[in-house]
Amino acid sequence: MQSNANRKLNMQKLLAPAALVILYVFFSIFGKNFFGYEGFKQILQSSYYIGFMAFGVTFVIITGGIDLSIGTVMMCSAIIGGTAFTNWGWPVPLALVLVLISGLFFGLCNGLMIAKAKLPPFIATLGTMMVSQGFGSIISNVRTMHYSPTYVGDWFRPVFYISGNFPVGAIWLLGAFAIAAFVLNKTRLGRYNFAIGSNEEAARLSGVKTDRWKIAIYAICGLFAGFAGIFFGAAYTTITPGKGNGEELNAIAAVVIGGTSMSGGSGSMVGTLIGVLIMSTLKKGLSSVGLQAHWQTFFTGFVVIGAVLLDNARNRAANKVKIAAPAVKK
Amino acid sequence: MGEVLLQMRGIQKYFPGVHALDDCHFELKSGEVHALVGENGAGKSTMMKVLTGVYQMDAGEILLDGKPVQIHDTRDAQALGISIIHQELNLMKDLTVAENIFIGREPMNGILLNKRKQNEMAAELLSSLSIDISPTTIVGTLTVARQQMVEIAKALSYDNTRILIMDEPSAALTESEIEELFRFIRDLKARGVGIVYISHRMGELKEISDRITVMRDGQYIGTVNTAEVTMDEIIRMMVGRVIYEQPKEKSNVPPDAPIVLEARHLLSKDVKDVSFVLHKGEILGFAGLMGAGRTETARLVSGADKRLGGEILVNGKEVNIQTPADAVKAGIGYLSEDRKRYGLCLPLSVADNTVMATLHHFLKGSVVNDKKIREVSHTYREQINIKTPSVDTKVVSLSGGNQQKVVLAKWLVRDCDILIFDEPTRGIDVGAKSEIYKLMNRLVAEGKSIIMISSELPELLRMSDRIIVMCEGVKTGEMDISEATQEKIMALAAPRI
Repeated sequence: MQSNANRKLNMQKLLAPAALVILYVFFSIFGKNFFGYEGFKQILQSSYYIGFMAFGVTFVIITGGIDLSIGTVMMCSAIIGGTAFTNWGWPVPLALVLVLISGLFFGLCNGLMIAKAKLPPFIATLGTMMVSQGFGSIISNVRTMHYSPTYVGDWFRPVFYISGNFPVGAIWLLGAFAIAAFVLNKTRLGRYNFAIGSNEEAARLSGVKTDRWKIAIYAICGLFAGFAGIFFGAAYTTITPGKGNGEELNAIAAVVIGGTSMSGGSGSMVGTLIGVLIMSTLKKGLSSVGLQAHWQTFFTGFVVIGAVLLDNARNRAANKVKIAAPAVKK
Repeated sequence: MGEVLLQMRGIQKYFPGVHALDDCHFELKSGEVHALVGENGAGKSTMMKVLTGVYQMDAGEILLDGKPVQIHDTRDAQALGISIIHQELNLMKDLTVAENIFIGREPMNGILLNKRKQNEMAAELLSSLSIDISPTTIVGTLTVARQQMVEIAKALSYDNTRILIMDEPSAALTESEIEELFRFIRDLKARGVGIVYISHRMGELKEISDRITVMRDGQYIGTVNTAEVTMDEIIRMMVGRVIYEQPKEKSNVPPDAPIVLEARHLLSKDVKDVSFVLHKGEILGFAGLMGAGRTETARLVSGADKRLGGEILVNGKEVNIQTPADAVKAGIGYLSEDRKRYGLCLPLSVADNTVMATLHHFLKGSVVNDKKIREVSHTYREQINIKTPSVDTKVVSLSGGNQQKVVLAKWLVRDCDILIFDEPTRGIDVGAKSEIYKLMNRLVAEGKSIIMISSELPELLRMSDRIIVMCEGVKTGEMDISEATQEKIMALAAPRI
């Protein structure tokens, strides 16, 4: 009975990858210039910064929290770094380190507000979202920052974005994925991450210093947003303060499509990676059949809702297992 | 007594891992007070929840006036004239008596409330029940007993109410208030209402009930006419021979056993200057009524709540317990009365929960050593007999008794020497109960020390070496097991008025 039900559950876990394959095949058949290396490369390229944000926020969402600030923190960090090498004369590599530190700092602030001051994550990160957006404009004097070769040197793009015709960013993305998945599945932080998400009070009463771990998790999320800032710069080359707003929702959507539950306690990095790729495939695919950006948003909305409906169905199925198969015989 | 109103026959109800109701019967006549008794977890409330549509039965039938009826939700029950008065009253304290009675079906004048009519209707209802309360009184200003009458009046204001279920109606009342309640119940009887009366107080049953149905461990034991039985016979039916052996005769702790835990003048909002000591190898029972401050005391000792004053000494040395992490470090493990909320991460596996307090011992560098975790979990699964298909099974799918054992395993892996069991057998079926008892005895034999909080006196008398009684946040007594009796404990636990 139980093994049967388990198999059914596993089938449902396969739905996200299956959806990705189906989408890819569908657009390969019906899309113009979709199938092939060029199209594949473009899908990867539009996954970079969303991917970094999504990996980071996956940790947070598994705790049962949310981080609305990642989009603007990404932008703000990139602006701070840009200001450093444009206005302050910092060497670019050092400025990139500053980008990461900025992201980490905002994440740390989120963590402190949520774990120590007990602010609801929604409120704390909403505040940080506005603060970081404003700060980006303030520090740059509302000037656009350039991550083009004249400003960051010829080496920047080949290292972070594309070298020849090879999408280098994909290596970074997969590397980040591997690290995030390792941390989530194999380290103490990852284990506590799930424990906090499924029952924070029980974890605390077991002696887990939940506050500290939560701060660490939000800081990691901020650090990932910082990384996303670098790749955002690499992808767009010009960054206007105020950009980035709304990107957090794309990242969160990718996480949700990947099957991570918004109520916390369950989720996976693989799911998030697939969620990101589904979003990118949809983006490239819809434009390959001649539908513009607003159509992408339109359809992505349906995908998000569909994914959550599926998630609910999966939970209901799991609950049925619970009742149908008592583990104990008297 | 009139004709048969209600019959429940062959009721079956399953919960995960628990057969909650096994072929249960109940019958109610009009104008009858039918008491439903049994120990905690006997299935009384489950039975009543089936009747009021909160739970769906898995098999069996319910007949009203001899005709089978389907009760799918609480609204169905109400439409059939079945009302329940819960132990915790469901009144809106800031509204008036009349507003509470007619909430959701207020008399209207077009789109406006007709307050005057509402008050008139309430006044009429209250006087017909000889309740001397003004309809415009704010409910929160009434005593609990009078609030209860308002609640009953509300139930009876539904014209068709013929079956009234009262869940421990006397629990919060004083002697004289109980007298008032009984007068009122006799009135209702005369009006032909059938009353299901759930209570733990034996003396009361003799006075108010016509018949008594006894349940035990989810099974129907029997129905008797109150006039024809003694209370001893009822108690015997309730407890059976299964769980409660003889109370412990004398303490198993040698007089020179060292003190492992000492609490001095613990103070918080709900705990008033409580001091006690715990010896090595001792089971120290904490008795008291709900809200006596026992759990709150345990939460102070285990660092779950911040204390306002007092000291805690472990093995003679003062330890500064501010957080649960501090308590765990000092070797104090707390098994909460509400294990689902405070003890377990239900969606995680048995293994993950087993090492929740000790994950730092299972690291290779910074990597979690899952192989070792599974090995250790497996060892404890064997050792304390956790019945689970595997250690990878999610805890949510285990029965209550086995969930309790997983919490215990968590503290045993941590090697806690002081274990606080808060209502360790609540919601656990008989077999698992005696297994938990055996485990506790084994643990103290191995040199651990246990604080046991329980609301079941026989359980305390059977397990404890010494008993502390609390009432309203104050320690009211302490006795060696050799001199402890139910009567003595109850006298100390009952609030003085």
